[in-house]
Amino acid sequence: MARIELESVSKRYGDFHAVRDFSLAIEQGELVVLLGPSGCGKTTTLRMIAGFVPVTSGRVRLGGRDVTNLPPHRRNTGLVFQGYALFPHLTAAENVAFGLEMRKLPDAVVREKVARALKLVRLDGLGDRLPRQLSGGQQQRVALARALVIEPDALLLDEPLSNLDAKLREEVRVEIRQLQRALGLTTVMVTHDQDEALAMADRLVVMSAGAIQQIGTQRDLYERPRNRFVAGFVGRTNFLRGQLVEAGVFRSDGGLTLRFDPAPPSSAVVGGSSSGGRRALALRPERLALGASASAARANRVAGTVEFTSYLGAVIEYYVRLSSGEILRVHAPNTGAAGDRAWALGDTVHVSWPIEVGFVLEDEHHPEEDHR
Amino acid sequence: MTVGRAALLTAAGLALGFILLPLVLVSWLSFFRDEVVVFPPSGYTLRWFRAILDQRNFVDGFVTSLEVGVFAMLAGLALGVPASLCLTRYRFPGREGLGLLLLTPLVVPGVVAGTAIYVFQIETEILTRLPLVASLPGLVLAHVVITIPWTVRLVTASLMGFDRTVEEAAQNLGAGPWTTFRRVTLPLIRPGVVAAALFGFVISFGNLEMTLFLIGPGRTTLPIAILQYLEWRIDPVIAAVSLLQILVIGAAMVATDHYVKLARVL
Repeated sequence: MARIELESVSKRYGDFHAVRDFSLAIEQGELVVLLGPSGCGKTTTLRMIAGFVPVTSGRVRLGGRDVTNLPPHRRNTGLVFQGYALFPHLTAAENVAFGLEMRKLPDAVVREKVARALKLVRLDGLGDRLPRQLSGGQQQRVALARALVIEPDALLLDEPLSNLDAKLREEVRVEIRQLQRALGLTTVMVTHDQDEALAMADRLVVMSAGAIQQIGTQRDLYERPRNRFVAGFVGRTNFLRGQLVEAGVFRSDGGLTLRFDPAPPSSAVVGGSSSGGRRALALRPERLALGASASAARANRVAGTVEFTSYLGAVIEYYVRLSSGEILRVHAPNTGAAGDRAWALGDTVHVSWPIEVGFVLEDEHHPEEDHR
Repeated sequence: MTVGRAALLTAAGLALGFILLPLVLVSWLSFFRDEVVVFPPSGYTLRWFRAILDQRNFVDGFVTSLEVGVFAMLAGLALGVPASLCLTRYRFPGREGLGLLLLTPLVVPGVVAGTAIYVFQIETEILTRLPLVASLPGLVLAHVVITIPWTVRLVTASLMGFDRTVEEAAQNLGAGPWTTFRRVTLPLIRPGVVAAALFGFVISFGNLEMTLFLIGPGRTTLPIAILQYLEWRIDPVIAAVSLLQILVIGAAMVATDHYVKLARVL
């Protein structure tokens, strides 16, 4: 296992930039998730590491070895394909043994390593089954064992859970994560599922339109998203559009004057940008409070009417039409406590939040948001 | 049973009978005792089968047909499988034209192809002084032309919808291009390849029209030996030879079907 380094990697198809100027160093034993909507270039990036897509420019290094111009079979990466890509004519054990045979290991060693790998993914006893005789979850684990057994410099996971049903998916992601940690595997995973990404990653790379939007931990992305795209893609966010009046004061298009904390790095808005001074105030729905009357304790208070509610289990979601005409989504925790108040459609409520909840971002438009 | 179903079965039965009748008649005939074919026969005998061995033309023709068939089949595979891979996997100008070209021998009449190849071989022989006409290599070269279309058709069909990620998986695990082909691609398209081998052989083994132009003294194929014999006499030896030919091809099909379910490939 080793470090993976991508240095200004780009992939162009004619005029289309599939990936542009992608630089990232993944530490030994780290699990990095590439997260983004379909077509954002995350899979292309993964395939450039595996060697299936030649880079247009930039370098790829595995453990200090420059593999940029090596074909896939000389790179020593272990790729788990989205559809698993098991060899249908070989048994589970033969599938796992394939990579070891390519490395010309003696039969006895191959047998021992295969047995150990199958045991690791809890498939001992199923080695002589053909892929079609295994369930989806079992096939997935054969694919994982096949990629692990060759002791790759990089473990690459291409949407590894997308073909599993929801319940299994949660189990398997814990399993993969534990295995990855125990074996100290340097891992890159690609997914469009933010829950999966948040649950598994050491660090995340949010991508859009072929470019990195932000690199960071879950907390970094959630608390300090660098732009509207990240704020919208990771977790739920309300955006009120408008502009800055002065430091810490925001006026929405609907005419609300709202206060936010200008100090933290969250408001590291780059000035003089393409957005022409347009800004968006981002508010996470679970950090807003609802009350029957305006609470003087919080800096921001807006009256509104409950327009729509969804009972989501752990939280109840309210769409509140503000007096200014704008809409805020509010998530109220469903604690079951007697004091909790459930609001009904048409109720007049006050939404309030302290200054540290809101952060201001450039109001750039991302086409991907239209699909969300 | 409904009327419609009964009608369908009757039609199917008639069609099957129509196909099988000549085979049944030929087989029956080969056991007639009479030298001149008469119905009903005065009795039955096996002596026509022994008589085949006395006809050197039949024995030599059978051996030549077998040799030509096997070599033409192998050469057809050696050329047809890579051609199919190119046709199904790469986009290049003239790809569809090439695909059609490889299938044209199916529609060109054998006599026309035979004449053309004969002239070509004569000219080549004059230019290079290599003895081509009526030689085994000359026959094989000609027969490859008719085995290629079958190989390309059947192998292309099995490559359509081939999931190429399994090839990527092999490469990812350290297999080079050739190993990937041998260990992954070939086993997965094996049914198509086996069927192509069988059809290549059968087509070559039974070819008459094209081969007519390409044989020479001392080297005939079995179908031509039969034709030549028929020019002088009609007796049950012909039926016996035909029955043997049917049995050889039938055995090849049964043997193939044991490894690959032909009904699923064709």
